[in-house]
Amino acid sequence: MKATVANDTILKVENLEMLFPLTKGLLSRQYASVRAVDNISFEVTKGKTFGLVGESGCGKTTTGKCILRILEPTAGRVLYNGVDITKMPRKELKQYRRELQMIFQDPYGSLDPRQSASSMLKEALTIGQTKKSTGEINDRIEELLVLVGLNTEMKVRYPHELSGGQRQRLGIARALACDPKLIVCDEPVSALDVSIQAQIINLFERLQEELELTYVFVAHDLAVVRHIAERIGVMYLGHLVEVLDSSDLFQNSMHPYTKALLSAVPTIDYYAEKSRNRILLEGEVPSPINAPSGCPFHPRCKYATEQCKKQRPELTDRGGEHMVACHNV
Amino acid sequence: MSEHLGKDITMEEWVKLESKRRRKDAAKQFFRIFFGRGWLSKCCLVVLVVFILAAVFCPLLTVYSPYEQSLIDALQGPSREHLLGTDNLGRDLLTRTMYGARISLCTGLLSSLIAMVIGVTLGLIAGYFGKFVSGVIMRVVDAQLSIPPLILTMCLAAIFGGSILSISIIIGISSVPMYVRMVYGQVLSLRENDYVAAADLIGQNKLKIMFKHLLPNCFATIIVLFTGNVGISIMIEAGLAYLGIGITAPTPAWGTMVSEGYNYFMFKPALALVPGIALMLLIISLNIVGDGLRDALDPRLRGKL
Amino acid sequence: MGERLLEVKNLRTSFFTVAGEVKAVNGISYYLDKQEIIAIVGESGCGKSVSQKSMVQLIQMPPGKILGGEVLFEGKNLLDYAPTSKEIQSVRGAGISFIFQEPMTALNPVYTVGNQLVEVIRNHKKCSKAEAWKIGVQALRDVAIPDPEKRMRNYPFELSGGMRQRILIAICVACNSKVIIADEPTTALDVTIQAQVMELLQQIVERKKTSLVIVTHNLGLVTRYAQRIYVMYAGRIIESGTTEELITKPRHPYTKGLLNSVPKLDQTGSEKLIPIDGTPPSLVNLPDQCAFLPRCPYACDKCRNSMFPELRSVEGENHFVACHRDIVEDRT
Repeated sequence: MKATVANDTILKVENLEMLFPLTKGLLSRQYASVRAVDNISFEVTKGKTFGLVGESGCGKTTTGKCILRILEPTAGRVLYNGVDITKMPRKELKQYRRELQMIFQDPYGSLDPRQSASSMLKEALTIGQTKKSTGEINDRIEELLVLVGLNTEMKVRYPHELSGGQRQRLGIARALACDPKLIVCDEPVSALDVSIQAQIINLFERLQEELELTYVFVAHDLAVVRHIAERIGVMYLGHLVEVLDSSDLFQNSMHPYTKALLSAVPTIDYYAEKSRNRILLEGEVPSPINAPSGCPFHPRCKYATEQCKKQRPELTDRGGEHMVACHNV
Repeated sequence: MSEHLGKDITMEEWVKLESKRRRKDAAKQFFRIFFGRGWLSKCCLVVLVVFILAAVFCPLLTVYSPYEQSLIDALQGPSREHLLGTDNLGRDLLTRTMYGARISLCTGLLSSLIAMVIGVTLGLIAGYFGKFVSGVIMRVVDAQLSIPPLILTMCLAAIFGGSILSISIIIGISSVPMYVRMVYGQVLSLRENDYVAAADLIGQNKLKIMFKHLLPNCFATIIVLFTGNVGISIMIEAGLAYLGIGITAPTPAWGTMVSEGYNYFMFKPALALVPGIALMLLIISLNIVGDGLRDALDPRLRGKL
Repeated sequence: MGERLLEVKNLRTSFFTVAGEVKAVNGISYYLDKQEIIAIVGESGCGKSVSQKSMVQLIQMPPGKILGGEVLFEGKNLLDYAPTSKEIQSVRGAGISFIFQEPMTALNPVYTVGNQLVEVIRNHKKCSKAEAWKIGVQALRDVAIPDPEKRMRNYPFELSGGMRQRILIAICVACNSKVIIADEPTTALDVTIQAQVMELLQQIVERKKTSLVIVTHNLGLVTRYAQRIYVMYAGRIIESGTTEELITKPRHPYTKGLLNSVPKLDQTGSEKLIPIDGTPPSLVNLPDQCAFLPRCPYACDKCRNSMFPELRSVEGENHFVACHRDIVEDRT
């Protein structure tokens, strides 16, 4: 369990909140709001991976987009290398824009179908940069393609001529073209086949080592997140319910939701599977429009008490930087 | 690399050769689908080409002028000098029909182009920019749509007179809402795509995103609209001419010819029928060729090889 | 386990396209006993979905065509009958029923749940609307949907993904299907809902004595729930056996590769994943040799010079492998 040294922290999220207004009527009167992200705080160490895990509707993708200001958060702060970029005007943000990149989930929708690979990478390389000669640009394009494991001949290809795994690699090349320092990876392997997933995960790890990248890895697949992240944040209905080191995840998780999530994920260890205790959750994930009062998990929690219904638990450190938001642990 | 193996070539040369090969393949694919739709579309293409040639080369194809009257020769039947006969003022019917093709095609194409340029730009802006801008544009479009198009064009024609240019502009304006709404809807869905967010992340400005990423992906919709629109514009122009608005006699617009020829329907139906049938043939072949164009371009634009 | 319910012998299905013949299913054989759960595992494009649909002739013909083989269900060969015949119609739903991946699109959005249940029930059983309604409510109760009478009046869009998947299972239950084929039943669902749905399916197998075929690429899922596994690659079955045998002692390099590609949840270190090189092959113009040859780390000259290996028995209970080589790996 390492302590986070302040100057090693590349990203600090403080009390981040994202409310989507629900409007009704001709004049778009707001009658309620969806608390997609509700008071999230965490830190990311430089050169490491922070995994954000949870089921659909928990707000992990929205958090990723708020960090990069693709969506404008309604409250809270995002500090990049100590600089508050939350409300920074677009002009000022430009200098940091290229250092913060994203890799998207859908390998089909994340590439412009009318742009060839080289045209796409050229665009990424040349915007707002000092003018380079065509030769330099071409060289860099080929470097990038090789870096992500693609054949240089693929630079003439269009997205529809590439497979899912190849498209994802191209998306990574585009992000790398901007010389990023922090990359938010939004479910980058969920849409891929098992054997291709493994290739792309290895690619992510190799790039992190070679280029000293920091990742915020958003996914719903616990096994993938445990594999690639050093620190994991578990989200439920817009709240962070547990933050812990990934090595603690399987044996030492404390929050009832984390435990249920772990139990629900089948592994390929045959004998372990047969002897596992299975925790089955009742009910469905509630809609974020009608979030329960107090602790968001209490309707489905075996250990819920009166306090859980009324008071929302805070994330507190239970020792060794293991943070849990629960009254009963 | 496989097709060019055996030679020592640099990457740049390979890229050039490969791009040329791809363009050739794409063109082959295009023509295969375009011409592969059966005998009807081939026929219509021929008809369309005939009309276009007639419209372009009519001064060379005929010795007569569409305006020169010769009352002695009035209302003659088809003969060696006048292949389709003459009209009530002795003008050669075939010549006037060919010049009419020129007018119809010009106004059709010009008005569609005007509508496309204005409509697509407004649609793009309305779709991509925020609530206020899109609100204003869409409400103006709605307002225009609430006025019956024929009445709108009639009023505008009455105000601005009837040259080919002004009629084209007027018909173009009346077709703008169609483009705005289609492109607006298309852009609304396109801008949710991840590649638009990615373009924003790499630092691209809004204008460039609009024209480099959103517009090209709307081409399919726009082309579909355009091919249909040319036919409709020609119909509107003929209708206006028939009503005597805009292009008036003695200009040989088909609509005018139909309206004049109607008076002589009992003696010489050809006067009204010939321009009427020409109009019908032109619009039908435009639509069918447009269908073929759509099919040939569509799967390619969607990316299926 | 009991009587043999379903036996497939040498099923072959191809699609004839502009690009050539796509041999989606290239001679597969398997069996299913009563109250058994088997899994057909493979990645996308290996032909597993097509093989299941071919059994009840649910594929589009043309461009598809079932070229040969036998599908013996309750003593009759289903491929002897035309797709529109009475025999096939009666098997679909009552004999063999399907649960598909996307519960959103599997239900008709303009009819209520009750409407759709009643329609299916009355298709297979002669009864009045009221009786069918009662059977439907009971089926919803069997799949643990709270407030079943109310749910019958809901439209599909009013319900969540997990709920919709349960309704599809309820349809199978209501028809008293003997075989339920679940094609990627949980891929579109959240992890905790996945667990609920799979537990439910397991209970249905026990209580209603149905058999279940799980078609998936999720190896963890099959480890937990399936009793026997068939691994498909490029339209063929390349390994089969009991779950314990296959998962702990895989013999085929592809199966091994798949198991090595999956990140393991229960480890504390970060060991490197060992992915399989290359990409799955296109099913057009497959070579005569082993389809896995270009990606196989154990490929040898024998593999390169021989035809596609046939399934042969190896030591261990009921364990068959289609491989020229003999590589043993113990993962216990």
